[in-house]
Amino acid sequence: MKTGARTLIEALQREGVDTIFGYPGGVVLPIYDELYDSSIRHILVRHEQAAAHAADGYARASGRVGVCLATSGPGACNLVTGIATAYMDSIPVVALTGQVPTGLLGNDAFQESDITGITMPVTKHNYLVKDANDLDRAVQEAFYIARTGRPGPVLIDLPKDVSTSEVRSTKPLAETVSLRGYQPTYQGHVRQIDKALDLIARAERPLIYAGGGVVLSGASAELLEFAETAAIPVTTTLMGLGAVPGDHPLNLGMLGMHGTQSANYAVTECDLLLAVGVRFDDRVTGKIETFAPNAAVVHIDIDPAEIGKNKKVDVPIVGDVKAVLQALLRRMQKHGQTANWIARTNAWKAQYPLRYRDDGCLRPQYVIQELSDVLKGEGIIVSEVGQNQMWTALYYCFKKPRTWITSGGLGTMGYGFPAAIGAHFARPDLPVVDVAGDGSFQMNIQELGTVAQYHIPVKVVILNNMYLGMVRQWQELFYDRRYSYTELPPVDFVKIANAYGVEGIRVEEKDGVREAIETALATDGPFVLDFRVEREENVFPMVPAGAAINEMIGVRQG
Amino acid sequence: MKPHTLSVLVENRAGVLSRVAGMFSRRGFNIESLAVGTCEEPNMSRITIVVNGDDGIVEQVMKQTNKLIDVIKVSDLTERESVERELALIKVAAESGTSRAEILQIADIFRAQVVDVGSKTLVLQVTGDTSKIDALEKLLRQYGIKELVRTGKIALLRGAKTVKSSK
Repeated sequence: MKTGARTLIEALQREGVDTIFGYPGGVVLPIYDELYDSSIRHILVRHEQAAAHAADGYARASGRVGVCLATSGPGACNLVTGIATAYMDSIPVVALTGQVPTGLLGNDAFQESDITGITMPVTKHNYLVKDANDLDRAVQEAFYIARTGRPGPVLIDLPKDVSTSEVRSTKPLAETVSLRGYQPTYQGHVRQIDKALDLIARAERPLIYAGGGVVLSGASAELLEFAETAAIPVTTTLMGLGAVPGDHPLNLGMLGMHGTQSANYAVTECDLLLAVGVRFDDRVTGKIETFAPNAAVVHIDIDPAEIGKNKKVDVPIVGDVKAVLQALLRRMQKHGQTANWIARTNAWKAQYPLRYRDDGCLRPQYVIQELSDVLKGEGIIVSEVGQNQMWTALYYCFKKPRTWITSGGLGTMGYGFPAAIGAHFARPDLPVVDVAGDGSFQMNIQELGTVAQYHIPVKVVILNNMYLGMVRQWQELFYDRRYSYTELPPVDFVKIANAYGVEGIRVEEKDGVREAIETALATDGPFVLDFRVEREENVFPMVPAGAAINEMIGVRQG
Repeated sequence: MKPHTLSVLVENRAGVLSRVAGMFSRRGFNIESLAVGTCEEPNMSRITIVVNGDDGIVEQVMKQTNKLIDVIKVSDLTERESVERELALIKVAAESGTSRAEILQIADIFRAQVVDVGSKTLVLQVTGDTSKIDALEKLLRQYGIKELVRTGKIALLRGAKTVKSSK
């Protein structure tokens, strides 16, 4: 007899799944029993939230669909933060949850929760499979929906009796999925593309504003070729870091609330803004009325609902970023004279480099610079959320797409460590480093158990300031230094790591940074680096809430 | 800000209405009225939604609705030739002979039907556009409306065009 559980495993294998991150429980016992001797590797995390983040990290590092599995009720609910994180950043994840038997649905049964109802706002789509004969097709559709169009998480809820009952349907599935309510547009409209090219030909101060869509679409090479051919400077969002090499002459760095001066000034002065795979998020635009005030706007995105959502657009182009950039390159006859503009942006770069006090104290920016120097872009950097994330975004030189993994949209503390575990299984050939704060790391610190059990060589770099640093920074700047509940007592992270069987070093002097990083990377297995950094260091530049993005604080004024 | 009538073709599946309604509420779009039922295709349903907003908001509403996997097609019927109808059942007090006669006369003018006669009440059924039903309700209020129920608006394009065939 072929059961639902067996069908599920076969369907996952058909979709090319090699790794699942999960946590067992009552109603998923039949699925775990099938996993026991299956070719699919299952990684046992220590909390379901970590399973969702790991699946997400796996997806970001590989470009393939990440998969997580949890039991009903609390297990499913613990996935929710991870699913919401993936949803906000358009990451393809399939979340599998157990559910109470169909006969008990809606009955407040033990460990029942309405997980399809709960996740409706944070999934691209979800399924409650009530008949084992529908399971195969649901899995096929879920993977298709997760990875195509604007990617996103899809949840499949599986009642226990669906897993145990016999699948009788013998009708083979169609090779390709066709859903009449879901037909993404991949090719940009030619007339719109020509309109954009016309603007490009006439622009004197064009700027490319590139985001996560470039990475998701695998369009880094096209973006670079386009920027170079048309001689247009590029700024990227947090999610777009790595889409263009950090040290490329046309790259102005990140824009937005903690953007570079050159990027934010360029946005404010440009006469043509080419928005590529972005969504004009409030952390990018600051006060939206003053964002790119002098520019005509071309917006390329696969999701039509993003176009015109926050900012009025002159030339919308709905399509896959890669396909649209290829079409733009193919049809481009001429481009504008941008030499003066590039000279101006270069002058900003020279005049306003990122800077911090270099005084012999152990400062977090220095740790990131050293990490960048050692890895030279050949590794995967994952971050937690807060100051650690912004310092990494600013001071690490990303050279390739999918080497930077961070929770951008939802800003989920505790994301980094489990996402780093997922990234390792996607790219075991690359070193994976999680840059953490002492606050974020403690949100999923239990995953030390996972890295120890499977000997996962993830290195954790803790920028330990014994504060919830970003919130403390806001309190310092905008709440009169009233540090309300943001101070954390010191924790001996090395001892905690050791208790799990993981090695670690504490570093208190600037001199020890380089050697510690090299030791961690040379160690075969997980490693925790506890850097006791200057406690009240701030992330600058910074655009205060509600200000225009060229009104930065903590910078030398031009 | 003006009301827009959207005709939404959806898969006839469990939970579709909650996906559409949930998306409206979490994105802060206000539903003025909503009617849902089966339609000409056996495995589809049609939801007619009246939503208030300026053109930008209605464009976002339509795009976000379209993103739902179970939504097949969204059309704004507002600027197009269409017929729109609502139905109301109104239970009105009719104890004395004079008011009963007057109510029947009003019903006749509005082409409302008497669908229930009690010793103390009449139940009228009226169909029409929103303003007609509003007008009838206003006239009947003086007699005492005991209960009233209105359906959401439903609408179809005029002529041979259909929502499914049109762009």
